[in-house]
Amino acid sequence: MPEALGLDRVTCTFPAAQGGAYTAMREATLAVAAGEFVSVVGPTGCGKSTLLNMAAGLLAPTAGTVRVFGELLQGINHRAGYMFQGEALMPWRTALANVTTGLEFAGVPPAEARGRGMDWLRRVGLGGFEDRYPHQMSGGMRKRTMLAQTLIRDPDIILMDEPFSALDVQTRQLMENEVLDLWMASRKAVLFITHDLDEAIAMSDRVVVLSAGPDTHPIGDFPIDIPRPRDVAEIRTDPRFVALHRAIWAVLRDEVLKGYARQRQA
Amino acid sequence: MKGPWSAPLLRTLQVLLLAAILLIWHLASANRDVAFFFGRPLEVAQVIWAWFVTDAGIYRHLGVTLIETVLAFAIGTAGGLGFGLWLGLSRGASALLDPYITAANSMPRVILAPIFAMWFGLGIWSKVALAVTLVFFIVFFNVYQGVREVSPTLLANARMLGASRRQLLRHVYIPSATSWVFSSLHTSVGLAFVGAVVGEYLGSAAGVGYLILQAEGTFDVNTVFAGIVVLTVFALLLDGVVTLVERRLLAWRPSPGGSGML
Repeated sequence: MPEALGLDRVTCTFPAAQGGAYTAMREATLAVAAGEFVSVVGPTGCGKSTLLNMAAGLLAPTAGTVRVFGELLQGINHRAGYMFQGEALMPWRTALANVTTGLEFAGVPPAEARGRGMDWLRRVGLGGFEDRYPHQMSGGMRKRTMLAQTLIRDPDIILMDEPFSALDVQTRQLMENEVLDLWMASRKAVLFITHDLDEAIAMSDRVVVLSAGPDTHPIGDFPIDIPRPRDVAEIRTDPRFVALHRAIWAVLRDEVLKGYARQRQA
Repeated sequence: MKGPWSAPLLRTLQVLLLAAILLIWHLASANRDVAFFFGRPLEVAQVIWAWFVTDAGIYRHLGVTLIETVLAFAIGTAGGLGFGLWLGLSRGASALLDPYITAANSMPRVILAPIFAMWFGLGIWSKVALAVTLVFFIVFFNVYQGVREVSPTLLANARMLGASRRQLLRHVYIPSATSWVFSSLHTSVGLAFVGAVVGEYLGSAAGVGYLILQAEGTFDVNTVFAGIVVLTVFALLLDGVVTLVERRLLAWRPSPGGSGML
């Protein structure tokens, strides 16, 4: 399969508060094949979002290269859709207007954009809610709107930064299944950041473990060979799931402890 | 905040309070010395009646004051919005101009009135200019702050959705700055009015401030009080209009009281 996204020995250094520099990511190499669902797990504060921002082109690596379908990435990655962790909806736009924002930017005629927007709202279970403003929606509904907003542009690469971390467990499992269904229908390359190992294994083709920061880099790469379609709630009792969970957690646990110790020092 | 009284009772009490104050004023002003300094409520009412009904001469002056207020509000808001956006988006310009903006804002701007009178004459434009200096800074600081505090996630999201620089300005910065303009709308309309009236008071040939100035020149306290009453009612009406406009334009904002869920 061709490579959709390739980060080659990327290093990212930020100027630190007391002068000096903080190297969030050092020589990290990671590839996502077209149609592949890759999750990245790591301890808190290890620079998972930094990795995603470099893949999105929002942040240029200090060293190393990012390639998108073989081409060197410069500026924003226009073949990618990015679902952010925080609130990214425009509060002054209705659900429908938020979903169609990307189409509007691309100059799609309003009537067509409206039709596609309504269709996507139905697909994420928000039919009939098109006139709601973000503050009139629940957290789950806002996430669904963000999902539709990202997917309506039909990006070849989907970047997700802990998209469901703010949701309650039930809503979260529902949305994980919905995202899996949508992904199964179109099979785009997905780079999914999470701190939840269960979520990572349940959803992905491959789970990558990052080391604790600073100088974060991948230290483990686990193919998830559980057949699809999967149900994220049922899969957790699958013996293969349990075995994979144990194997990945063995690597992840040390990093989590390291990250925790470093945070306590700081 | 709810007091210990029910709504109709509260209204009744409020009206009674006003009546009591008017009554005390009326009784006290039976004394000629008191009446010289405080006027007589009945005579004040007569003046107002004459202004609005028998002479009907106040409308021209109210019209002038209103035009000055609206012009000052429009020009000050447009200027504050444009300048705020520019400085908010340009780090270099804002760093360069920062001390001058602080200085201009700290200056007691009413003192500019004589200068504006020299520049623009005694017509409406010198009043508009004075009121603009008041409105401009309110709007400017709100927009500047608003642009600086646009959520980085919102910006990054818009960029990922393919927004060009112009589209970012049009669809992210301006709407978010506009919401800050609206949050200062009551203050800025109020200040536009204050600027217009003070300008008239300091030298003019028309407007409600001019009427008050004229009456003061002849120690006509009743007319001064009548002018104050008219100005107050007028300011309340303006504020009511602002509230209506705000409700229509900011439908997307959560109401301060409610949870926001429909």
